[in-house]
Amino acid sequence: MPLTETYSSSLPFWAVAVSLLAVPAILWSARKPNLREFWTLLAAAIKFGLVLALLPGAKEGRVAEFVLLEIAEGIELSLRADAFGMFFALIASGLWILTSFYSIGYMRGHHEKKQTRYFASFAVSLSATIGIAFSGNLLTFIIFYELLTLATYPLVIHSENREAIRAGRQYLAYALTAGLLMVAGAAWIYGTTGTLDFTPGGILEEGMLSAGGMRILFFMLMIGVGVKGGIMPLHSWLPNAMVAPTPVSALLHAVAVVKSGVFGVVRMAGFVFGPDVMAAYDLNTILAVFAGFTIIVASVIALRQENLKRRLAYSTVAHLSYIAMGAALLNSEGFTGGMLHISTHATMKITLFFCAGAIIVHAHKENVSDLDGLGRAMPWTFAAFTIGAMGLTGVPPVNGFLSKWFLCLGSIEAGQWLVLGVFLVSGLLNAAYLFPVVYRGFFRSSDKFRKLGEASPFMVVPLCATAVLSVVFCLFPNLFFGLFDLATAAVEGIMKAS
Amino acid sequence: MIEFLHSYYAYWAIILLLVIGLYGMLVKTNLMKKVIGMIIFQNAIILLFVAAAFKWDATVPVLDPAYPSEDPVNYLNPLPHTLMLTAIVVGVAIVGVAFALLIAIYRNYGTLEEPVLMERMRSE
Amino acid sequence: MEAWVHLAVAILLPAFFGALVAVIFPARWRNAPWVTAVITSGLAFAASVAGLVYTASRGEVRYYLGGWEPPMGIELVMDPLSAFFCAVVTGMAFFVFIHGKTVVPRETPGKEAAFYSTALLLVGGLLGIVLTGDLFNLYVFLEISSLAGYALVAIGDRRAPFSAFRYLILGTIGASFYLLGVAFIAMETGSFNMGDVARVVPALGDSAPATVGLILIVFGIGLKMALFPMHGWLSDAYTYATSTSTAIIAPIGTKVAAYVLLRGCFYMFDPDFVREGIPLTTIIGYLGAVGIIWGSVLAIAQSDLKRMLAFSSVSQVGYIALGVGLASPLGMIGAVLHTLNHAVMKACLFLVNTNILSRFGHTDIRRFDRTFRIRMPWTMAAFTLAAISMIGLPPTAGFFSKWYLVLGSWENANYVFLGVILVSSLLNVVYFFRVLEKIYLRTDGEPYDEKNEREDAAVEREESPASMLFPTVFLAASLLVLGLANAFIVTYFIRPMIPSGL
Repeated sequence: MPLTETYSSSLPFWAVAVSLLAVPAILWSARKPNLREFWTLLAAAIKFGLVLALLPGAKEGRVAEFVLLEIAEGIELSLRADAFGMFFALIASGLWILTSFYSIGYMRGHHEKKQTRYFASFAVSLSATIGIAFSGNLLTFIIFYELLTLATYPLVIHSENREAIRAGRQYLAYALTAGLLMVAGAAWIYGTTGTLDFTPGGILEEGMLSAGGMRILFFMLMIGVGVKGGIMPLHSWLPNAMVAPTPVSALLHAVAVVKSGVFGVVRMAGFVFGPDVMAAYDLNTILAVFAGFTIIVASVIALRQENLKRRLAYSTVAHLSYIAMGAALLNSEGFTGGMLHISTHATMKITLFFCAGAIIVHAHKENVSDLDGLGRAMPWTFAAFTIGAMGLTGVPPVNGFLSKWFLCLGSIEAGQWLVLGVFLVSGLLNAAYLFPVVYRGFFRSSDKFRKLGEASPFMVVPLCATAVLSVVFCLFPNLFFGLFDLATAAVEGIMKAS
Repeated sequence: MIEFLHSYYAYWAIILLLVIGLYGMLVKTNLMKKVIGMIIFQNAIILLFVAAAFKWDATVPVLDPAYPSEDPVNYLNPLPHTLMLTAIVVGVAIVGVAFALLIAIYRNYGTLEEPVLMERMRSE
Repeated sequence: MEAWVHLAVAILLPAFFGALVAVIFPARWRNAPWVTAVITSGLAFAASVAGLVYTASRGEVRYYLGGWEPPMGIELVMDPLSAFFCAVVTGMAFFVFIHGKTVVPRETPGKEAAFYSTALLLVGGLLGIVLTGDLFNLYVFLEISSLAGYALVAIGDRRAPFSAFRYLILGTIGASFYLLGVAFIAMETGSFNMGDVARVVPALGDSAPATVGLILIVFGIGLKMALFPMHGWLSDAYTYATSTSTAIIAPIGTKVAAYVLLRGCFYMFDPDFVREGIPLTTIIGYLGAVGIIWGSVLAIAQSDLKRMLAFSSVSQVGYIALGVGLASPLGMIGAVLHTLNHAVMKACLFLVNTNILSRFGHTDIRRFDRTFRIRMPWTMAAFTLAAISMIGLPPTAGFFSKWYLVLGSWENANYVFLGVILVSSLLNVVYFFRVLEKIYLRTDGEPYDEKNEREDAAVEREESPASMLFPTVFLAASLLVLGLANAFIVTYFIRPMIPSGL
C-alpha cells in the first residue's frame, strides 16, 4: 500500500453540507409533500455521489482534506476523508437513500404527523453523521457528535406522547452528559499533547500520563462515545428510544446514532490512544470486559422481549459491542472484523427493522407472539427477515458471517479464548431470539392474516434490497466500491503506525 | 497604646461612623433609616479622604513666601480634597434618587416599614 | 495617529450627548427619542469597533481630557481590553434600542424621552468605567451608571420601586467599598491614575494598605457584579423592571463590573502577587463556581421566564469569575470571551422575553404551549438557538467560552472548576429544555393526532413587528457567527490584551 498523502479538496465539505442545505428547502416546501420528499431524495443522491467521488483517492491512500476555518485557538475545523472515515461515510450515505425511500412509504402509509420536522431532522442527522465520519480531529468530531444529539432528539420525541417525551429526556441526559465528558477529555488531551488531530496509531504516547490518568481519560472518552454506542451500562436510553417511529429506529440503529458511537469507539482506540497505549495500560482489557459483558447480557435480555422492536433493539446493543470488541483485540483481524461489522450489521439490522416496520404498518402487530402465520401473507417481508436473522447469527452466505469470521480469527490470533467463547455463545443466543420469529411466521398457521397481502412496495422493495445486499456483500465483499479493501487499508494504517 | 489610639483618633471616629452607617443600612427595618445609614456611611468615606490628605503645618497649594516651595511638606495635596467635592455631589444625587424611590414605594403601599411592606407585597 | 486619539472620546461622547438631546424634542415627535438613542448608540458602536480594530493592531490610545496630563488630569485609556468591553456595551445597547421602538411607548407611555435619556446615561456611565484611566473618575462613572440603573429598574410594576431601593442600598454599599479601597490605594501610592498605581505597587512589595485596598475594591465590585453570595439584589431588580429596562441592564451591567475586576487584579496589581500572595483570584474563582451552581439550581426552581433568566445571569456571571479565578491566559480568554457571548445570549433571551410578553401578556412558563411556536416561529427559533448556546453546545458561541475555561481548568489542574462547568451545563439543559418542550411539543401526554393538526392549522401567525424581530433574530444568528469565528476573536482581539505578567 502506498504511503498516505494528503490533498486539499472541498468534496468532504460538500458531502457534509449538502443535506444541511436541503433543510431550508425541506422546511420551505412544507405544504407540498412531493416537492419536500424530492429534496430529501435529491440531497441523498448528491451526498452519495460526492462520497463516491472521494472513493478512488481514498483507495490509493490519498486523503482528501478540507480545512474550513480555525474553530478554536490552535484547532481547525478539518474534514479528512481517510480510509476509515470513507468506509463509514459510504455505508451511511448509501443506506440513507434506502432509508429515505422507506421513510416516505412509512410516513405516508401511517399518516404520521409533523412529517416536515421529521425529514428536516433526518437530513441534519445525516450531515452530522458524515461529519463524524470525516472529522479530522477530536474537536470537530465532538461538534458533529453534539449536532447529531440535537438533530436526533426531534426524531426520538416524534410521536409526542408521554412515553416519547420521557424517552427524549433520557436520551438528552445520557447523550449530553457523554458529550461533556468528551469535551473535558479532549481538553485534557489538548493540554497534554498540544494537538487533537486523529493520527493512525494514536495521538497519545506511553508515559504522557500516569497509568491512572490514562485510564480515567480512557473512561471519559469511552463513556462519551459509548453512550451512543450502547455499551452497557450506558445503553438504557436505546431501547426506550424505540418509541420513535420505525424508520427512525432503523436509522438510529443501523445508520446514524449508534454506528457513530461505535465508529467513535474505534476512532478513539485506533487514532487517539493507539494500539500501543491501549496495550501498555490494559485499556483493551477494560474495553473487552465491558464489551463482552454487553454482548452476553444484552442477548439474554433480547430473548425475553416480547415486543419485536424491543427485541431487535437489545440485539443491536449486543452487536454494537462486537465492534468495540474487535477494536479491543488490537490486531489487524480484530480491527478488520470490527469495521466490517459496522457495515454488515448496518445492512442486516436495517433489513430487520424495515421488516418490523412493515409488519406494524401493514398488519398492526408488534408482539412476537402475534405473528403466527403472517409469513404466508407477507412472504417477501419474512424472507428478508430470515436472511437478516441468519446474518446476525453468523450463517454463511450472509455478510454477518464475514465479519464474525474475522472477529473470531482476531481473537484466536490474540490468544483470547474467552473472547472467542463470547462470540460463539452470542451466535447461539442470536439464533435463539431471532429464529422463533421466522418459525412463527412461516410454520405456525393462523387464519388471522388470510386476507392480508404484502405491504406497500415502497416498503417491500427497500427491505428486499437490503436483504439481497447482505447476501451479495458476503459473497463478493469487494463488489461494492471495494469496501473490503478500504477496511483493510484503514486497518493497515493503524497497525503500521504502531 | 494610648499613643497609638491618640495619633489615629480621626480614623477611629471614621471607623465608628462606617460601622454605624452599615448597621443602619443592613439592620434597620425602616427604609428612611436605611437611607440615613447610607448617608452616614458615604460621609465617613469622604471624611477618610479628607483626613488622610490633611497635613499639620502645611498650607493650600498657592505659592506663599512664608512657605518655601522647595519643600513639599509645606503644601497639601489638594487632589483628594477637591475630588471629595465631586463625591459629595454624587452622594446628594444618590440620596435624591433614594427619596424619589421612597415616595414611589409609599404611594404604592402606604408604608416604609420593611416587614409591613413585604407582607403587603406578598398579599398582592 | 493624532486623529485616532480622539476615538476614545468619540465612543464616550455620543451616549452623553444623546442623553441630553433625547429630552429636548416636543412631545408630539413620538419617535424622536428613539431615533436619537439608536443613532447615538450606533455611532458609539461604530467608534468602538473602529477602536477595537485600531488597538488590536497598534496598541493603546491615551486621551487627556482637557489637555491635562496625568497625574493632575484625567486620561481616557483605550487598550484592547477596554475597546473590547466598549464594543460589547455599545453593541448590545444598539440592538436593544432598536428593539424598543414599539415596546417602550407601550410600557412607559408618554415617558419615552425620559426612558431613552436614562438608558443612554446608563450606557455612557458604563462606557466611562471602561475607558477611564483614573480610579476616582471610575467611581463617578460607576455612580452615574448605577443611578441610571436604579431609575430604569424603578419604572416597572408596583413592586419595582422597592426592588430598585434594595438595589440602590446594596449598590451604594458596593460603590462605597470601592471608594474606600481607592482611598487605601491612593494613600499608599499617592496617585489616582491606574497607570501610576500599576507602576508603583510592584515596587512597594507586599504593601498591606494596597492589598487591603484591592480587597475592598473586589468586594465592592463583586456586589455590583452580583458575585455569589452578593447576588441577592439581582433577581428582584431584573424581574420587576420593565422588560426593555431589563434587556438593557442585564447583558451589560454586570459585565462592566467584571471588567473592573480584571483591570484591578491583573493590570493594576501584579497577577502573580494577586494569585499567590493573597489568594484573591482563587477566592473569586470559587465564589464564581458556587454561584454557577446556585444560580442554575434557583433558575430551575422558577416558573417565570424573566426570573429564570435573571437567576441564569447569576450563574453565567460565575463563569466570568471562574475565568478570573484561573488567573491564567486561558482563563482570561474564557472570561473575556464569555463576557461577549453571554452578553449576546442574554440580550437575545431578554428580547425574546419581551416579544413573548408583548404578544401574550405574560411570561409564565407553566402557561406556555405549542401554539407559541406557530404564532411566533422566528422568535421561538431565536430562543432555541440562544438556549442551545447557553447550554454550551457546539457550534454556538457558548460552547467555545466553556472550552477555553475547561482547557484552563486542566492546565491549573483545578478539577473542582472542571466539574462545576460540566455539571452546570447539565443544569442549563434542565431549565432550558423544560421551556423548549413546552413551546414545541404537546405535553398533555396524548399522542399528536388529526384533531391537534386541525387546531394547529387554525392558529394564525402573529410574529412581532420587524423592529422587534430584527434585533432578536440578528443576535441569535450572531451566536452562530461568534461561535465559528471565536478563534479569530481570540487571536486578534483577546490575545493582545493579556497582560504580560499573567
